[in-house]
Amino acid sequence: MDPLMTIIVTLIGTVIFAILAPVVGCLLAGLDRKISARMQGRVGPPLLQPYYDVRKLFEKENVSVNGTEHTYIICALIFAFIAGGMFYSGGNLLLVTFIITLSSLFFIIAAYSSRSPYSEIGAARETLQVMSYEPMVLFMAVGFFLATGTFNVSGVLTMDMPIICSIWLVFLGLMFILTIKLRKSPFDLSMSHHAHQEIVRGMTTEMSGPTLGMVEILHWCENVLFLGWIGMFFVWGNPWTILIGVAAALIAYFLEIWIDNNFARVKWQFMLKSAWIVALVAAGINLSFLVFL
Amino acid sequence: MAFASKSPWVIHYDGSSCNGCDIEVLATLCPGFDGERFGVINTGNPKHADIFLVTGSVNEQNIDVVREIYDQMIEPKVVIACGICACSGGVFHDCYNVMGGVDKAIPVDIYAPGCAIRPETLIDAIVQAVGILDEKSAAMREAKKGA
Repeated sequence: MDPLMTIIVTLIGTVIFAILAPVVGCLLAGLDRKISARMQGRVGPPLLQPYYDVRKLFEKENVSVNGTEHTYIICALIFAFIAGGMFYSGGNLLLVTFIITLSSLFFIIAAYSSRSPYSEIGAARETLQVMSYEPMVLFMAVGFFLATGTFNVSGVLTMDMPIICSIWLVFLGLMFILTIKLRKSPFDLSMSHHAHQEIVRGMTTEMSGPTLGMVEILHWCENVLFLGWIGMFFVWGNPWTILIGVAAALIAYFLEIWIDNNFARVKWQFMLKSAWIVALVAAGINLSFLVFL
Repeated sequence: MAFASKSPWVIHYDGSSCNGCDIEVLATLCPGFDGERFGVINTGNPKHADIFLVTGSVNEQNIDVVREIYDQMIEPKVVIACGICACSGGVFHDCYNVMGGVDKAIPVDIYAPGCAIRPETLIDAIVQAVGILDEKSAAMREAKKGA
């Protein structure tokens, strides 16, 4: 594909992702809260509760400690849209991982910009989370290249069998850091869904109203992108296999909800160590087999 | 359509309560009554909250704290005085150190009496509070349109 065509496809993908991902992400978040409530023996909120929450946040007064905070969040959101659009239009996986990390960095800067001790702690913890999951994300991109011979996500559609057959250890490593990426307990150190009174409300401490609403939408878009990474492992030659990918992503999401409800939050030292050990062992063995054998 | 009433996030502050009302407030927010069915979330952050639940009366020590929390909350917001001490000072109203109900410090929208306040009273107060939230939200929208 010539560069101009790639740019146009990515732009169209970005626009479609920006419209669809918040809808899908919102429903997933609603499902999450409903299932979590059932696991705790409660009835739980309506399915559309996350939508109501965000609409309410946008109705609130627009106040912020530092005016630039809003700009940083908008940048984070735009880069998340681009990363998602690029991934779902079959673009370069390595670039997707870099752009989504850029989005996380803008979010971290937004949290630091308020100068509040609580959001600074949150931002520091988010930085540690990025440090924890980033090696595995890069190994995933490298593993994808070794399995398909290209960094383009659309490459899976030319395969004879799903890439999970050749890089299943990388997949397991990705599942481990997915808990960090989806902000689920035991790794929800910087911004938890549940503990509203604790210091872990961290990053969003000083964010309110429309800014907080955008953070929520950012989180939905990230979830849709990361579940796409899971689905990608189960797609091969026949386009109908995308349905298998979707099913795999939903099962992974359910597993994450189960983990979220059953494990207590860990210290950052454990998160960093375990994420690096899992990444180095799982991806190291898998990648060396692919390279040397 | 107003969404303020669909996701009332609350913040709870214990002024000088004997803890009776606090226990009832927390019991109301616990899984037994499952406030999340109606979108109620107990936030710990005034900047995220819509409804301010205050228990206990106001005195020289806590009046600034109550005002600070109220000021940090973002419009539209509603204040509920939970329990008779928060409404008027209750049995402590003529103590030398008690200034009176929460309305001595900040504007109170709903008075929910009781010693201690019953969860049913509090649920009733929150239901009324979301009505007021919707009114305030609509008023804000009108003001924005006018400006």
